[in-house]
Amino acid sequence: MTALRMTHFTATSCLGRGLKMTLAALEAARSGLTPCDFETVALDTQIGQVSGLEAVRLPAQLRAYDCRNNRLAELGLEQDGFCEAVHASAARWGRQRLGVFLGTSTSGILETEIAYRARDRLSGLLPVGFDYEHRHNSFSVSDYVRRALKLEGPVASLCTACSSSAKVFAAAQRMIDAGMIDAAVVGGVDSLCLTTLYGFHSLQLMARTACRPFDLRRDGLSIGEAAAFVLLERACGANDHAVLLLGAGESSDAHHMSSPHPDGAGARSAMRRALDAAGLQTRDVDYINLHGTGTPSNDSAESLAVSALFGTETPCSSTKAATGHTLGAAGALEAVICALALNNGLLPGGLNLSERDPQLTLNYLTHNRRAPLKTVLSNSFGFGGVNCALLFGRAS
Amino acid sequence: MAKLSVCIEGIGVLGPGLCDWPASAAVLAGASPYICARTVLPPPDALPAAERRRAGRVIKLALGVGAEAVSQSGRDARGLPGVFSSSGGDGDNCHAICEALAGSERLISPTRFHNSVHNAVAGYWSIAYGCAEASVTVCAFDASFAAGLLEASSQVTHNGCPVLLLAYDVDYPSPLYEQRPIADACALSLLLSPADSPNALAVITLALSQQPATRFDDPELESLRLSIPAARGLPLLQQLARSRSGTVFLDYLDTARLAVEIQV
Repeated sequence: MTALRMTHFTATSCLGRGLKMTLAALEAARSGLTPCDFETVALDTQIGQVSGLEAVRLPAQLRAYDCRNNRLAELGLEQDGFCEAVHASAARWGRQRLGVFLGTSTSGILETEIAYRARDRLSGLLPVGFDYEHRHNSFSVSDYVRRALKLEGPVASLCTACSSSAKVFAAAQRMIDAGMIDAAVVGGVDSLCLTTLYGFHSLQLMARTACRPFDLRRDGLSIGEAAAFVLLERACGANDHAVLLLGAGESSDAHHMSSPHPDGAGARSAMRRALDAAGLQTRDVDYINLHGTGTPSNDSAESLAVSALFGTETPCSSTKAATGHTLGAAGALEAVICALALNNGLLPGGLNLSERDPQLTLNYLTHNRRAPLKTVLSNSFGFGGVNCALLFGRAS
Repeated sequence: MAKLSVCIEGIGVLGPGLCDWPASAAVLAGASPYICARTVLPPPDALPAAERRRAGRVIKLALGVGAEAVSQSGRDARGLPGVFSSSGGDGDNCHAICEALAGSERLISPTRFHNSVHNAVAGYWSIAYGCAEASVTVCAFDASFAAGLLEASSQVTHNGCPVLLLAYDVDYPSPLYEQRPIADACALSLLLSPADSPNALAVITLALSQQPATRFDDPELESLRLSIPAARGLPLLQQLARSRSGTVFLDYLDTARLAVEIQV
């Protein structure tokens, strides 16, 4: 596939607003996870919450979209001059030549969860003012972002659970390759809600404290929230220092709705396809940002998948002990972390690991390492056995 | 103007008064009257027993309709990437979760939770057919059919391989029904392949357009088109049912429709 240029990117998560705070937290090996005090949730766990969303105001003409998820999207768009970069791109290519493809798993469902507590006692109806289209529906966030950015090209939300905002890169790449667009705003926005917190609790997949990916005593994931955006454009042969999307690989497990294939067969196939798409060998990859949720089954299956393909030398880590698992935003958030890693020669060590699981044989970094990086891989796997691996590199 | 060209090798449909493609083709071509009746869902026989027990209405709807297009094409479902498109996924499941979360116990079953992901149909489909190929699930509210058709066609063009497009919606129970009045269950499927396929029923070429959306003359069919997002694709199926070349304009965004030029 033809490499695409990541012209501009930004991320907002519990590590902070924008690239500077995100990088500072990674460099300081600081986690943004805190004890769960979200809404009325009574669960003994930790979460990665973005502070200050209550104070975010949407533009007046887009108030109909007001919900936690779209506030998070707005806050994310406001960082690092992202809107300005998109406007410059639209001026260059044309508004109809920029697509918008965003990943989310739960969009604004928190609005509906809260509205269900206020149903009319007699009729059972939802309260007046409830707005399904603009706040609940999965399309809401993509529709909000394209309107906020005044773009008129193809648009869709991609909803493949925890691989949603990895797959947006592949979708944009196809649409650009097919000539329908010249550039795309891709990313992921997913915010805290009761469905995911109580849902993962029901599956006994939530860590009691902060998640501990690859630890012997790991007991589950910590849920976070994030907005991450990337402006992808056709590379024009400019010999610059931009980060490039080199390849994407996708596969399905065809195994189980909520458990990965125990051998990681689907994960391995997604990574293989990403390498093939980029025309690269395993030895070309300098660092792997793992899916690494911290559930016993994910880390074990992913370790088998990575070691079967790469062996056990390639440095790798999960950044989810820092950010929490931001679900539908995780792919894009970790794409931005990979871009920061490439630009700063930083291999972020995984946090919260006190005793390695001897069954997990990967070269899992527990401390930050400095080294020039040329090519990095990012893994994202979701419920339903839906896998995506992305390869990023430097233009020069 | 950028365009995407792909072949259609198979068609599936199920919805109110539309029980399969041959019967629907007769209705859409005007050879049979349209008689609106509640959608009757097939049993999800392709699933293993454990998944069959957990399958809600949206799974039954989509699996049946997907199988119809694949079967017509003569291809093996195991080797087909899938593009799944839906406005709201499993409405019954969403309601049940919101109701449970509004109660004091807040107990959600693991099955409820994994069925809540928008890509649940894709997961069940992959398990039913042992399909380890890529899948993606898109949502664009009322534009979901057109968004899915664009995504699937760009995959065919980019990868040079056939892709199954499966668009489906089910009605929500009250009180979400009052906020999002989807009339009934409806699904459309198309087996799309590269434009030089020898098994083509038709070649379609997609482009964005400023023309208004194509409407049905029949008021009941027009009402169906407007009341279920997946049914926004029916004008394309009508053209195919008539075996006539021409262009239809599918509802997409406020800023553009999706023009579909059909060559039979």
